[in-house]
Amino acid sequence: MKINPAPLLSFRGITKSFPAVLANDHIDLDIYGGEIHALLGENGAGKSTLMKILYGFYQADGGSILVNGQPVQIRSPHDARGQRIGMVFQDFILIPALTVAENIALFLSDLPFILDNDAIVSRIENISERYSLQVKPEAPVWQLSVGERQKVELLKLLLADARILILDEPTRSLAPHEVIGLFQVLANLRRDGYAVVVITHKMKEVLECADRITVMRRGKIASTLLGAEATENTLVSLMFGKAVAESPQRRGESPPEEGIPFLELKGVSTQPEGTGIGLKEINLTVRPGEIVGVAGVSGNGQRELGDVVLSIEKCARGTKYLGGQDATRWSVAQVRNSGTAFIPEDPLGMAAFPWLSVQENMAMSDVSRYARHGGLSMDWEAVRTDLQASLKRLGFQIPPFYVPLGILSGGNIQRMILAREMAHNPRLIIAFYPTRGLDVQSAVAAREVLLASRDAGAAILLISEDLEELFSLSDRLAVMLRGEIVATSAPRDITVQEIGYLMTGSKGEGAERG
Amino acid sequence: MDKTKGLMEILRHKRVAAVIRFGGLFGLALAVFAMVLLVFGQNPFRAYADIFRATLGSSHGFSEVLVKMIPLVLTALAVAIPSRIWLINVGGEGQLFIGALFATWGAVNFTHLPAWLMLPWICFLGFLGGGLWASISGFMRAKGWASETISTLLMNYVAILLVSFFVFGPWKDPESANYPQSAPFPDAAILPSLLDSRIHLGALIAIAGLLLFYFVMTRTRWGLEMRAMGINQEAARRNGVSTNRYILLLMFIGGGMAGLAGMGEVSAIHGQLRPSLSPGLGYMGFLISWITMGSPLGIVAAAFLISIITAGGDILQMTHRIPAAAIHILMALVLFVVLARSTGKKGGK
Amino acid sequence: MSELLLVSIMIGAIQSGTPLLYATLSETIGERVGIINLGLEGIMLIGAVVGFVITVLTGNAALGVVAAALAGALFNMIFAFLVITRRANQLACGLALMFCGVGLSALIGAPFIGRQIEGLNAIKIPVFSDLPFFGRAFFQHDILVYLAIPTAVVIWWFLFKTRWGLSLRAVGENPTAAFAAGKNPYLLQYQVLFISGLLGGIAGAHLSLALAHNWAEWMTAGRGFFAVALVIFAKWHPLRAIAGALLFGGAISLQLQMQARGVPVSSFILDMLPYVLSLTVLVIWGRTSRSAVPGSLGRVFQGTE
Repeated sequence: MKINPAPLLSFRGITKSFPAVLANDHIDLDIYGGEIHALLGENGAGKSTLMKILYGFYQADGGSILVNGQPVQIRSPHDARGQRIGMVFQDFILIPALTVAENIALFLSDLPFILDNDAIVSRIENISERYSLQVKPEAPVWQLSVGERQKVELLKLLLADARILILDEPTRSLAPHEVIGLFQVLANLRRDGYAVVVITHKMKEVLECADRITVMRRGKIASTLLGAEATENTLVSLMFGKAVAESPQRRGESPPEEGIPFLELKGVSTQPEGTGIGLKEINLTVRPGEIVGVAGVSGNGQRELGDVVLSIEKCARGTKYLGGQDATRWSVAQVRNSGTAFIPEDPLGMAAFPWLSVQENMAMSDVSRYARHGGLSMDWEAVRTDLQASLKRLGFQIPPFYVPLGILSGGNIQRMILAREMAHNPRLIIAFYPTRGLDVQSAVAAREVLLASRDAGAAILLISEDLEELFSLSDRLAVMLRGEIVATSAPRDITVQEIGYLMTGSKGEGAERG
Repeated sequence: MDKTKGLMEILRHKRVAAVIRFGGLFGLALAVFAMVLLVFGQNPFRAYADIFRATLGSSHGFSEVLVKMIPLVLTALAVAIPSRIWLINVGGEGQLFIGALFATWGAVNFTHLPAWLMLPWICFLGFLGGGLWASISGFMRAKGWASETISTLLMNYVAILLVSFFVFGPWKDPESANYPQSAPFPDAAILPSLLDSRIHLGALIAIAGLLLFYFVMTRTRWGLEMRAMGINQEAARRNGVSTNRYILLLMFIGGGMAGLAGMGEVSAIHGQLRPSLSPGLGYMGFLISWITMGSPLGIVAAAFLISIITAGGDILQMTHRIPAAAIHILMALVLFVVLARSTGKKGGK
Repeated sequence: MSELLLVSIMIGAIQSGTPLLYATLSETIGERVGIINLGLEGIMLIGAVVGFVITVLTGNAALGVVAAALAGALFNMIFAFLVITRRANQLACGLALMFCGVGLSALIGAPFIGRQIEGLNAIKIPVFSDLPFFGRAFFQHDILVYLAIPTAVVIWWFLFKTRWGLSLRAVGENPTAAFAAGKNPYLLQYQVLFISGLLGGIAGAHLSLALAHNWAEWMTAGRGFFAVALVIFAKWHPLRAIAGALLFGGAISLQLQMQARGVPVSSFILDMLPYVLSLTVLVIWGRTSRSAVPGSLGRVFQGTE
């Protein structure tokens, strides 16, 4: 590792506030060429805001940015690229209908007016070989996997001659061996003198790849330390500032093996829809008082699995039983009314109605329960009573019921949805990435709700990418790959590594590839 | 002191402020159109005075404005109802024509029916025709085959041509020399007029439609489900709302409203089916619904304004010898200033 | 079928297909950059009336065409301002623009109703125009006909072979991504709508100067909307638009010839064809593969903050 004496990029006193939040509070930070610099912090710590200011998406309220010691004005991504700064976003901004080469050409400003496709392709191939970023230049982007799209994003920046690369949560949807591959690419870039900034909240990866680590907390820099000196403990205490609430431990004894499964899928297959994939011959049971965890890299059929249980997708073949009844042809409403709760990964997107009031949101989970006079009116009194009771039971604060849900904070919206879904003692809970995007406190609360419901006899289908979470909560684990369940096991009989290989179908060769 | 404070309060009130802002925008549009008239050698003050006298200045003129409002309110509802769940129905024009076509079929083929049977019968047919026509688009949308925006738009022309086909061909009234028009409606199939004017029963249908729309949206479980769908369709599906059923239902009801407008025009205004049934009433309804974001009171106000303007076109032609169509400029200017005001935050698709 | 009939049908197809092609190209590039413009009808009317009036006043049809194109482009800037800068709804603004065009063209054209002009003359291509059959069918047209297909090819080349075209397709698919790649979506959309207005104006001018040789209120008679349907039929592709315009121009021409010869066909049923076909095409693509609809069509680019 060689660090050049002068920083390539410096932040001096950067301040940015949004309504009600001070996202960045006088940030001072230096980034050097030839280093991998990790920016670590909880959600809402201000990492992304800082990087978006650097990339010209936001304007800072105060402070300055220096590139090679010179103060620069960055008002748009265009200006940022002029300073040779490039960013790979969490949600890639590639255009699916265009090819890889077209997407890259779009990004390059030095091309002649008349495009020479062959020249672009050969430039792509040059760089992609040097940094092992192989992609097919003529393939339309919608055909590529997440990992391949990330490679295209990196190629774009390298071809555009960026020297400062910012990666926002780059490992979020990568399989374990793809993560190793990415770190290798980053190491190659460091070797050639690039400054690489990785924004993340995954401590293990930070410790694996970063030369220096800057921890942010509540809009400020908590500390910057060398990767070699950092330990998980020091990072945790820097990130949270106080002891983190303990993760709930999973119940020691195994669940009762007898009992009729509440949910049973027998040979269920679906037709693939659009760019999604179809399920193939899924056999799965979830018993009352049991948490079945489903592991898999996103896009391997987990969403479809949840959708099939909810009846949002139809079974092309196979049968589905709920509470012992054939529910293959049930409507979504019937499934919901049979006592099925649904906790989505992104409540604002998939469960909540931001412009409806809190009580209207509550009523939406089971409209027929609260409809009166055949639907001509609604019994709001009953809605409020049920919601209040549920919030109390979960120990959540009671928000005002008449305000639009959308004005509550993200955590409170998540709590509201939890309270709503738990209000009628569900017999089956489908939980999608229930803790993704939550701060540590709310994540602990969400896990506790799941465990308490299990102990109360609910059947729980937990779909997650967070292997640690799956191992600590599940009574049984299933692994999905390309729409199939490729393995099921009790957590104690399998290791994280083995699950990782099963998730990616790589059977162990991923380790050597790194 | 207290008085001015009270006045300020009123001015700050949301609705009052909106009315004042809209008044300002309308004034701007009037000023621009006045300049256009000046350029073309007309005296804008005289023109505006003539329009005012002929519309709001007499009870007859006023009743004529109300007559023109009836189909506009109905076609605006045809857009506003599906728009609650973000269905964009640009097909009011075609649905209106098909509604008129169905109603005509019922009226000229069942001439023996008494009025108390005939009127519900043609209302039913008008609603059914417009509704079915819109349902084709609704069906294609629910199946995920084609966006309702494009399909309703394309089907407008099919509908208009279909009507032309019938009145030029099989339904042509043999007694009407060479005019392309159907046989006249029997007396029993003419919507009765109200208040000794040309205002017809369609006015009551339009008012009932507005009230029902408002009641359903604010009070009932279906209103709650529709509002929820309008905000977040994905979440609504996952909460057990049958979104496809609503797509079909709302397209049908919306189309039915436009069909009723067509039925009203053909029965009460024309008395027989003609290809010149509508000077773009469906499109005007779309614009009315859009600039008012589908609020029932807003629809009434905007329809009133557009009716005055379109009535003004005939006045200008008679008294100032400029083409009646020129009044479309004033209508477009009003729409431009109102549309320019919205920043599209709630807009888009 | 006699050769004479065939020639008349060919001439008719080319003549009535030409304004359709210009109009379809106008709509195509607009939609490629994510903007659906229902005001095309109004733009064409403005082009038709301005082209006619300028030709009458100056006696120079070429000047008329240029004026028509510029008038169409400037008129379209009203729409551009509303949908790009003010981010207003595209469908509503398009319909309002159509009404404005109807009214304004009626007002401008009123004193000129009934005037007959020579307009654009047919230019005989030496040698070729003397060929039997082909000569009359293909080589005795006005200048706008000869320029129509080259215009389509040039637009295709700009769209798919240049950096500018790539940027504008990117804006049409996903303006946020184009913005992140350093493009200015607003500027590109303004540029494209200006060109779209030029083409719409030319389409209108061809109607009044070459086809009708006079001016009548609402003489476009729905051709603007016809073009919106043709864009779908041509799958947003300028070269396929040539085929579409010729095909439907041919249908119109065939039907006119048959009526002229007293063959009983209902023009209305034939006229429905393009709409029904476009709808069918839309449904077939919607059902099978990924559709070719530009990703952000009709949406408003909200910026980033």
